[in-house]
Amino acid sequence: MSDATPSPAATELLRAHRFRLIELLPWVVAIAVYFLFPGYRLMATQILVLILFALSLDLIVGYAGIVSLGHAAFFGTGAYAAALLANAGWQEPLTAVAVGAAAAGVLGYVSGWVVLRTKELTLLMLTMALGIMLYELAKDMDEITGGFDGINFENSPILGLFAFDPLFFTSNYWYAFAFLLIGFLVVRLIVHAPFGQSLVGIRENDRRMHAIGTPVRQRRRHVYTIAATIAGIAGAIWVQVQGNITIAVYEFEMSGNILIMVILGGAGRLYGAFIGVIVFAILENMTETVLGTDPPYWELLLGVALVLTVLFAPKGLLGLFDPFVHRLRGKAP
Amino acid sequence: MDQVLDIATTILVFGVAYAMLLFIISVGLSITMGLMGFVNLAHGAFAMVGGYVTVKLVTPLGIPYLLALVIAFMAVAAFGVVMERLLYRWVFDRPELDHVLFTIGLVFISVFAVTGIWGPDPQNIQLPKILQGDLNLGVKSIPVYRAFMIIAGGAIVLTLFYGLERTRIGAQVRAAVDNRRMAESCGIPTGRLFTVIFALGSGMAALGGGLGIQILGGLKPVFAFEYLVIFLIVVAVGGLGNVRGTFYAALVLGIIDFAGKYFLPEGGGFFIYGVTFIILLWRPQGLFGKAQR
Amino acid sequence: MQKVSTSLILAGTVALAGAAEAREYRVGFIAPKSGGAAQLGEALERGARLYIKLHQKDLGEHTVKLIVRDSKRPGGPFAKAAAQELIAREKVDILGGVVFSPNAMSIAPLATAGKVPFVVMNAGTSWITKLSPNIVRVSFTMWQAGFIMGEHAARALGCKTAISGYTNYPPGKDSAAAFKRGFEGSGGKVIDSIPMGGPRNAPDFTPFFQRVKDKRPNCFFVFVPGGNHAAAASKTYVALNMKAANIKFIGPGDLTHDLQLQSIGPAIAGTTIAVHYHADLRNNANDAYKKAFAVEYGAKAVPDFVSIGGYDGMAAVFAVIKAAKGGNITAEGALKTLKGWTHDSPRGKIMIDPTTRDIVQNIYIANVVNDNGILRHQTIKTIPGVKDKCKELGIGRCGK
Repeated sequence: MSDATPSPAATELLRAHRFRLIELLPWVVAIAVYFLFPGYRLMATQILVLILFALSLDLIVGYAGIVSLGHAAFFGTGAYAAALLANAGWQEPLTAVAVGAAAAGVLGYVSGWVVLRTKELTLLMLTMALGIMLYELAKDMDEITGGFDGINFENSPILGLFAFDPLFFTSNYWYAFAFLLIGFLVVRLIVHAPFGQSLVGIRENDRRMHAIGTPVRQRRRHVYTIAATIAGIAGAIWVQVQGNITIAVYEFEMSGNILIMVILGGAGRLYGAFIGVIVFAILENMTETVLGTDPPYWELLLGVALVLTVLFAPKGLLGLFDPFVHRLRGKAP
Repeated sequence: MDQVLDIATTILVFGVAYAMLLFIISVGLSITMGLMGFVNLAHGAFAMVGGYVTVKLVTPLGIPYLLALVIAFMAVAAFGVVMERLLYRWVFDRPELDHVLFTIGLVFISVFAVTGIWGPDPQNIQLPKILQGDLNLGVKSIPVYRAFMIIAGGAIVLTLFYGLERTRIGAQVRAAVDNRRMAESCGIPTGRLFTVIFALGSGMAALGGGLGIQILGGLKPVFAFEYLVIFLIVVAVGGLGNVRGTFYAALVLGIIDFAGKYFLPEGGGFFIYGVTFIILLWRPQGLFGKAQR
Repeated sequence: MQKVSTSLILAGTVALAGAAEAREYRVGFIAPKSGGAAQLGEALERGARLYIKLHQKDLGEHTVKLIVRDSKRPGGPFAKAAAQELIAREKVDILGGVVFSPNAMSIAPLATAGKVPFVVMNAGTSWITKLSPNIVRVSFTMWQAGFIMGEHAARALGCKTAISGYTNYPPGKDSAAAFKRGFEGSGGKVIDSIPMGGPRNAPDFTPFFQRVKDKRPNCFFVFVPGGNHAAAASKTYVALNMKAANIKFIGPGDLTHDLQLQSIGPAIAGTTIAVHYHADLRNNANDAYKKAFAVEYGAKAVPDFVSIGGYDGMAAVFAVIKAAKGGNITAEGALKTLKGWTHDSPRGKIMIDPTTRDIVQNIYIANVVNDNGILRHQTIKTIPGVKDKCKELGIGRCGK
């Protein structure tokens, strides 16, 4: 690889993989938010975790073209694994995340065998049915899961050093930050690797990919499992930073909203997950506070934002920046 | 033996009544999805608006329930045309993900609008005397309203079947669902056809919304979100664009849901999803859908 | 480290508020303002705002600011994030509101860590008060009405067999368990217990009710959340003509919730409920409350058992503010005021149990009667000073 000059196509790929300065921006913002808005820190922490969750969904929706309406199945499984371990006395958080990831990954692999044989609406319905069945199960087994009311639990300090803070969410924030950073780098590596590029190929034309010898089904299963694992990690962190779990982690809204966030930001472009989650969460949480309105205007603003995005920003909100980026790089859009 | 007959009657009557409701609301969604490949998640919002129109015509204005249903049907069908011409047409050619985002956005707006206009309180109506009370079937007494649902639903089903099999527009719809490009090149105006179907589907949803108030226990601004899942399931199980399939899917799911809750309430909401999962694994294209192209 | 930072913040607020002049007390209020339970959030907030308006003068120069946040979906992440924001950014003196139990539970650790008194104004799962020493509840627990209803059904209504149907979540299970305990303790027998779907969407209740009708018990005890569910359940009872089958319809007050009562229809007359407040209670405080409620929110507006939680919750908040005498409110001080606090409420005399920090109140047995086309609750029996039976008997999580 090193001695030969890469082909033009490979150069393009390598260039996409190279880090650019602007990629530091979200992380700088995240650090600034920590210091500027201590009063919104739990919300900010939730946003960090949701971005990780959205990234895992983008991996299958945006890159592999597998649209799922039941991604909360994995999020919730990771969450319950971590929460129930802590509740049973296993309070070390990192191992609990590992268990959550494994549980979600296994579920992803097994369910992937079954549901990935289908496409489009059927795939949508199968993933959704799976998610809702798990929701019903967790609701009915409330002796163990705490059900609708949920459970509060505690974790021991991270690495034995940094205690979770139930009021100002200090360590909690950095914990989520660290997992998001690592998760992001992993996802970025995956999508730029040949594996990720073959997924894009499958999304665009699975028959042709099959014809050139790509093991299409296997690839789809693999990426589905990876996405499930990352979603499980996000779920585990979600409950650990809050010290609380309810069946909301399995809710249909969780699956639906995260899909909307991914499309809103721009599917298949990594940073779309960042923008989508942030815009959605801010409209959802802050509208009433900012406008000082009493009736729920957040639904109006969010709805209008979604409609306008489709009408005027067909590639998602991130797509709005494309012309500038192209001009900067001296290329025609 | 009497007891078996008794229980069987119960399940059949109530299950079929529920199935009729599912069918009336879902059929429009099925055809629009089958015809244009358009994923209209805002379909439930039309049902919700229909329900509210019905309630508001009956309660403050004193218009008879059945007349209110007809007005709701026509008003929402007209509203559907306006929406289709003004908004939906801009996004038909977009990928499905855009449809999802767009129509969910519309649902959010509809929730806001309904809350703003009619408030957050659940809405209920008093049925006319003639629809209250029991009907004695010999084996067992059943509520008149359920019998009415079955008869009204049955009439609608037959009309639709007839319309689809025997009329020109029905044939056009079938052709377009089958192969839109081919139909277009044969001169079928699929755009205009879609408008008609969209209006009809929206009106049917509104009718379902009005009929369902009594069964679903009232109408709230979040109706469009709450029942979205079940409508989608009926469409998927029935097969896209397949009226007959949608009907059988509604029948199967309605009866199974009722029987499941009756015999095993502990299983709760589990049944309908479990059944959906199995059916779709067995026949991914739906009970009566054609194999995926 | 966390203790240090909290005490630093507290020290900061003390310094700021050193001069005791006219002071604005900030009360964080979390309730659903959108989504399926918006109606309940509205009722709770109406009660709270009405109390502030009527009693502002009692505080002299001090004022109260209600800072409202939307908890949206029950169990969602919003309530907890809102509570953190209210404590850390808005620096509220007291937290209040909360319609849903999961929200109260997730907020509990924040109330402990932030040393903020937390007045629960609706959420009814029994063991919530155990989750933080700073929680005081002014609303109700499911065990109060459920247990009393069980005793009443066996003794006064003469039911030998009963079936309970409940919405499948902790308050529903609490209610059904309480009923069973009361009913079987008085010689009855619960022959079936039916979970009737989750708390989110009001289901079609027909399959569950038809099952009950076919089993022919003497009494059918139903717990469903107030609002949409209750209207649907009651309508189903009417639609299936269960009264003609001699099945008595009984339950806690949610069943014939004042907000929905008229829309259920006259056939619901004859239902018996056990409840801590209904709009037709006859006492001076309630007459005044109803009058003020109608003046403030229009002649059609009815107070209900949710709004009374907000109203009395604010009374508790005012008691704490009065005791602070223009100074800071601390959790210790507030709890000292509220433990054993008594109040003449529109629902009769209420007290906060000093050991459990939970409400002690009258439970009323009432019949629904048709009063010339208007449905009303008619109180037929008053059971004074009812405590939370779950904690008294030490059942399950209440015992620990």
